[in-house]
Amino acid sequence: MITTSLPVAARIVDIADESATVRTLVLDRSLEAEPGQFVMVWLPGADEKPFSLVRADPATLTIARVGSFTTQVCALRVGDSLWLRGPLGHGFVLPPRAADRRQGSILLVAGGYGVAPLHFLAERALADGWAVGAVIGARTAADVVFHRRLAALGAEVHVTTDDGSWGERGLATEAAERLVAARGAHSFETIYACGPEPMLAAVERLAQAHHLPAQLSYERYMRCGFGVCGSCAREGWLVCSDGPVRSISAVQDRTSREVYP
Amino acid sequence: MNTEPDLTVSLCGVSLPSPLILASGILGTEADLLARVARAGAGAVTAKSCSLLPRAGHRNPTVLAWEHGLINAVGLANPGVDAEVKELARARELLRPLGAALIGSVFADTVEGFAQVAARLVEAGPDLIEVNISCPNVHDEFGTPFAADAVAAAEVTAAVKEAVAGRAPVLVKLSPNVSDIAAIARAVEAAGADGISAINTLTGMIIDLHARRPVLANRTGGLSGPAIRPLAVRCVYDIYQAVQVPIVGIGGVSSGRDAVEMIMAGATAVGVGSAVYDQGPELFGRIGTEMVEWMAKLGYSRVDEMRGAAHR
Repeated sequence: MITTSLPVAARIVDIADESATVRTLVLDRSLEAEPGQFVMVWLPGADEKPFSLVRADPATLTIARVGSFTTQVCALRVGDSLWLRGPLGHGFVLPPRAADRRQGSILLVAGGYGVAPLHFLAERALADGWAVGAVIGARTAADVVFHRRLAALGAEVHVTTDDGSWGERGLATEAAERLVAARGAHSFETIYACGPEPMLAAVERLAQAHHLPAQLSYERYMRCGFGVCGSCAREGWLVCSDGPVRSISAVQDRTSREVYP
Repeated sequence: MNTEPDLTVSLCGVSLPSPLILASGILGTEADLLARVARAGAGAVTAKSCSLLPRAGHRNPTVLAWEHGLINAVGLANPGVDAEVKELARARELLRPLGAALIGSVFADTVEGFAQVAARLVEAGPDLIEVNISCPNVHDEFGTPFAADAVAAAEVTAAVKEAVAGRAPVLVKLSPNVSDIAAIARAVEAAGADGISAINTLTGMIIDLHARRPVLANRTGGLSGPAIRPLAVRCVYDIYQAVQVPIVGIGGVSSGRDAVEMIMAGATAVGVGSAVYDQGPELFGRIGTEMVEWMAKLGYSRVDEMRGAAHR
């Protein structure tokens, strides 16, 4: 017998609009999952695609209407069903607790809808006694989501937009750089990021420059979601099963930059 | 003095550091990923099958795991032979220092198409070419696979052999979804196949009770993994009795014991695929170690000594 990976039906019990195009669906099912893990969401007759979990108990998804599949998912009503396969992949890991001193701070850097899995992480981290700083970067004010949710949890939230319509004008990584520099090299235990790959590359450079560990969550087209088909291969690394979160240690030189374990 | 059993084998004249081969369609074609598998201990890696033009494949769901194996209908998604040649040339360079062989895989919907793709793919310098005449998941589009008919299978084999023109040995991958696999094996051997890969997947279906419909978008898919191993072993056993050319035994192998079983049935080398699901791409090293342990226990010093042992 092997562990099955088949879709399981779940009913929508609550729907909340995050913005004009982003919607959160709360399901009648709980998963044992870590922040940063994902599920494959199947809508019979439509498609099956990966989505990060926003919360595991109850299973909660945040979906941005960007194409035909997400439009169909966003058209579902309370009481309708969708199907989940997972949780899949390896998620974020909080830094080890220091026995001799109080919990420090972590920094979250979110690009656009990448804030969803980081919200899940913030919830866990704050419950665990960590101070959480968060930068949410978006194109324009209308694309900023989860700002209120993160602030309500107790995170210190900074917003950047490309056009300056909300918060600082500029990139999330520029704001993150200023936060790290202002607090001194060891103010954050770890930087966590989820967003477009150029943003992840910038966060990696920032972490390396300040000798901080980082955990970066990648996105790829996926089929199996469990490390067999190779659709999500990235430089010898399987985004679905080795990742989607890639850890980078604080002390690292070029020779140790193997992207696979 | 005891010496450690030796895993090296020769497959169609190509020397492999281990008889364990990454089966086609598992882990795709990305060069770095193929190199990772070789570094883990695979003696050869088979790329995912490629066609003349790019193919998007089927919509998801395409790959699932059930209680006793996997079921998939990816639909031969691939970037097309031009992109494949570039990636395989890169794989070729990464694999060379590791001593592992590269197997390119081709498919098409016509005999001429097979020849065309093979002629182009061989330019990447693969050590062997595998001809996929047995994918069960494109039936709606292409009709009955060539592997279901001895005459059609032989025609493809002869056309690919001519197109490749001796630049790489040609393996023909057979389907278990036939009444007499040995007859197909004899036909492709007579048409010039240098070796036979067996088996491809078996056709199956999984239905979701709440959705009241098949889960795979293609409805049917290919079964692989532990459930099909005894069937694959029987096919290899039958083929070994029917032909002289070497056999790559594929189907549900997930341990050193399973690999030795496949070799005793008559395989020269052993494909490993679905076991990556629960053991990860690093499983090749572990299976190789287990093979060595079994060989020591059974008193074998070379893989060749075990081949076909079950026929005595």
